[in-house]
Amino acid sequence: MDKKPSIGKSIRVGLIVVLCLIVYAYGFQVTQVSFKEISSERRQESLTRVLRALAKPNLVEYEQKETVIKAPIYVPCTEEGAVLPEPDKSQPYLVLAPACADPRTEIQIEGYNFTPNSEGSLYFVPPSEVNLNLGSFKADDKGAFSVTAKVPPRPETVVQYVHAVSLQRVGSPTITQTAIDTWDKIVETIFLALLATTLGVIFSIPVSFLAARNIMKEITSPISSLSLSIIGWPVGIGLGVVLARWLSQQSQSIYANIWLTLLAIIILCVIAWYLIRWAMPQEETRKPKLSIRITRIFALGISGIIMILVVMLVAKSTMTAGTNIVSPLGAFGFLGSFLSNMGEIINLIIPIIVGLGVGALVSNFFSKIGKWIYLRFNPSLRLIANIVLSGLAGATIFIILGNIINWFYQINDPIKIFYVPAVVGALCGIALAIWARKEDAIPVGMAIYYITRTLLNATRAIEALIWVIVFVVWVGIGPFAGVLALSLHTVAALAKLYSEQVESISPGPLEAVRATGATRLQMIIYAVIPQIIPPYISFTMYRWDINVRMSTIIGFGGGGGIGFLLIQNINTMQYRAASAQMLAIAIVVALMDYLSSYMREKVV
Amino acid sequence: MLKVQNLTKIYEGGVLALDNASFEVPKGQFLAVIGLSGSGKSTLLRCINRLIEPTSGKVLWNDLDITAATEEDLRQIRRKIGMVFQHFNLVHRSSVLTNVLAGRLGYVNPAWSIMNRFPKEDIEKAMKQLNRVGIAEKAHQRADELSGGQQQRVGIARALMQDPAMILADEPVASLDPVLAHSIMQYLELINKEDGVTVLCSLHFLDLVHRYAHRVVALNEGKLVFDGLPQEIDDHRFKEIYGKDAERVG
Ligand SMILES: Nc1ncnc2c1ncn2[C@@H]1O[C@H](COP(=O)(O)OP(=O)(O)O)[C@@H](O)[C@H]1O
Ligand SMILES: [Mg+2]
Repeated sequence: MDKKPSIGKSIRVGLIVVLCLIVYAYGFQVTQVSFKEISSERRQESLTRVLRALAKPNLVEYEQKETVIKAPIYVPCTEEGAVLPEPDKSQPYLVLAPACADPRTEIQIEGYNFTPNSEGSLYFVPPSEVNLNLGSFKADDKGAFSVTAKVPPRPETVVQYVHAVSLQRVGSPTITQTAIDTWDKIVETIFLALLATTLGVIFSIPVSFLAARNIMKEITSPISSLSLSIIGWPVGIGLGVVLARWLSQQSQSIYANIWLTLLAIIILCVIAWYLIRWAMPQEETRKPKLSIRITRIFALGISGIIMILVVMLVAKSTMTAGTNIVSPLGAFGFLGSFLSNMGEIINLIIPIIVGLGVGALVSNFFSKIGKWIYLRFNPSLRLIANIVLSGLAGATIFIILGNIINWFYQINDPIKIFYVPAVVGALCGIALAIWARKEDAIPVGMAIYYITRTLLNATRAIEALIWVIVFVVWVGIGPFAGVLALSLHTVAALAKLYSEQVESISPGPLEAVRATGATRLQMIIYAVIPQIIPPYISFTMYRWDINVRMSTIIGFGGGGGIGFLLIQNINTMQYRAASAQMLAIAIVVALMDYLSSYMREKVV
Repeated sequence: MLKVQNLTKIYEGGVLALDNASFEVPKGQFLAVIGLSGSGKSTLLRCINRLIEPTSGKVLWNDLDITAATEEDLRQIRRKIGMVFQHFNLVHRSSVLTNVLAGRLGYVNPAWSIMNRFPKEDIEKAMKQLNRVGIAEKAHQRADELSGGQQQRVGIARALMQDPAMILADEPVASLDPVLAHSIMQYLELINKEDGVTVLCSLHFLDLVHRYAHRVVALNEGKLVFDGLPQEIDDHRFKEIYGKDAERVG
């Protein structure tokens, strides 16, 4: 190198060094780095105490036998001198020298015949029978000890005593309550991680497709179709909820005893199955007549309603059956409550699913009408239709937004939450329709892609430990809040990782399947999913590792699991109990780590 | 009858990959498409079934305007056009049978196929096609366990599942050795002769063109520079197609 050092460069380097110094100095200041605090005696002592406690996890305990050896003493010495009985030398005994003393003078306490290496405490016991501490002793391997102690200021005329209390373990060790609690909570922790991972995976798989650019970028729609499908959603959801409510009433009236209901379920299933088989032939070379198609749609609708009814009946009967088998099952009663819980969950989510399902159907149907308008109308008519529909869609979106805002801020003024958003939305929609009149393909897919990505990034940026606070408010302190918080974070994190895998699939098979005339969903099933299974499995395991770790501390925020116990014990300074929990965490995390790397080897 | 009229494709970024190409292919013809790599052969074949959207121009097939078809109609059209690829484009982790059955996706009801349920007749048909290309015993192996030549035969079986009236083959033998190349080309020839399927096949080697094609079109930088019989390609024409510096080999 023949580069000459230049002054400018030296100054720049100097400035950078100074800047770094300033940054770190400020860092010390704000993080309160203090070596004085570290070396202060009080801190050292408490550190030692805590570390020693931590080194003795409170896992087993012994029953302890207390033996008390007494020696008389006069404080102060009497005139005639102490007349004290000779101790029994076949038993443990104490020798005090001198045998009488003035308050605050030192005496020598010697013990003989104690259990070798035993430990205990020494007390001065006045006639009031309070124990005044004189210190502790530790016998040597011959069972003898010698301790100097100061006589407390308790002058009396009568004889007083020095007690040596030795504690001895007897019998075999027993498991402490702490150990039992720790075990309970560690089991809870593992299942918390399991449920969170499962829920997270279930939801992140569909979301990951919405967040994959290569899948979404092809989804475009003419503006009439887009507008109508937006309008279709609230209409469909409304219809769906009404339908679900009506069906729920019907199912109440159908529901008789459990066997009759089972019979009804089977019959309904058979009917639905045959309707579906008739309405959805496996393969057709020619498009059937319109009348047949309408009858088929009708039949599918009926079978859909039957299926919803069946699910409702199933939910209701599992609920009843589950509750009824809890006590006959004895120790396996949790299976019964699991069943009844599942029934209840299904009951709760049916209206949501039916609402969303009908919403999707209606929206899809409306978008077909929109496509028809796009294809069949002449340009000027199409523009008018676009303006009207897009205005309506804009108004719909803004009214929904207005209602959400109203829910938060309780404005409750129909002008502000209904008319103003409707007009503004309509204007936006009209403007969009006019501006995009030349475009016949609005990139809906990319819009959904960006919205999904943004939501995922925002959700992932907030740690599960923070999310759990929100869920604790909602569902109360306990593992369920932890499951929800961890699931949410898992969805956000996994959906991103998964979607990157979808984006990096090889496009060849996708192209080949598309060329056969497959629909978009078929392309995903036949060309995308086989390619993403291995990375999905390995990312799921990676997430499982993270969730095990997270579930051990989610309790710090009230989310149940072992962390809940740990933080309680730390706050009440029960370090030996906390130590037991830390040990459990270490073991579980290491075990799960090992397990998952073993599985990874086997599966991937 | 396939009519390609003034077909032009300009990629995002401005690459003119196909420049105003027009030609006709009568039913049952074996047409070879030749040209240097980058001359627009793949673009041309993919514009015909609209795997790539042409920028302008028309593709008419039996008087059906493919370029104006709606998404739904396009699926109906695509299922009658089989496609064979240079890199086979099989789904590696799926079984050979599933790959072949995928050729049926345009026909079966989407709701059933999503649950991986195909009609019995389709499964029998798939076995028949595998038998035809001589690898019936591999039906349940994973596609990536097969050799290149075998994979391309699976690709052909997949195209045959579509009951195609036309096959688009994009350099089907470019990643195979010469012996295998002939065996694959013979299958295409057989399908062309026995089933009367129109074949559009882009090729690299002129000896293959002479041996199998009824007619040739040649592309150079997206322009159609030749349209005629294979034996009409003399040295002069050859230089027109492949450039002045090209040497004739084989
Ligand atoms: N997706 C694409 N985006 C931009 N340019 C492309 C794309 N695909 C191909 N091209 C360009 O178009 C031209 C023709 O490519 P192609 O049809 O693949 O030729 P060939 O199949 O004859 O080798 C080339 O210059 C190539 O670089
Ligand atoms: Mg090519």
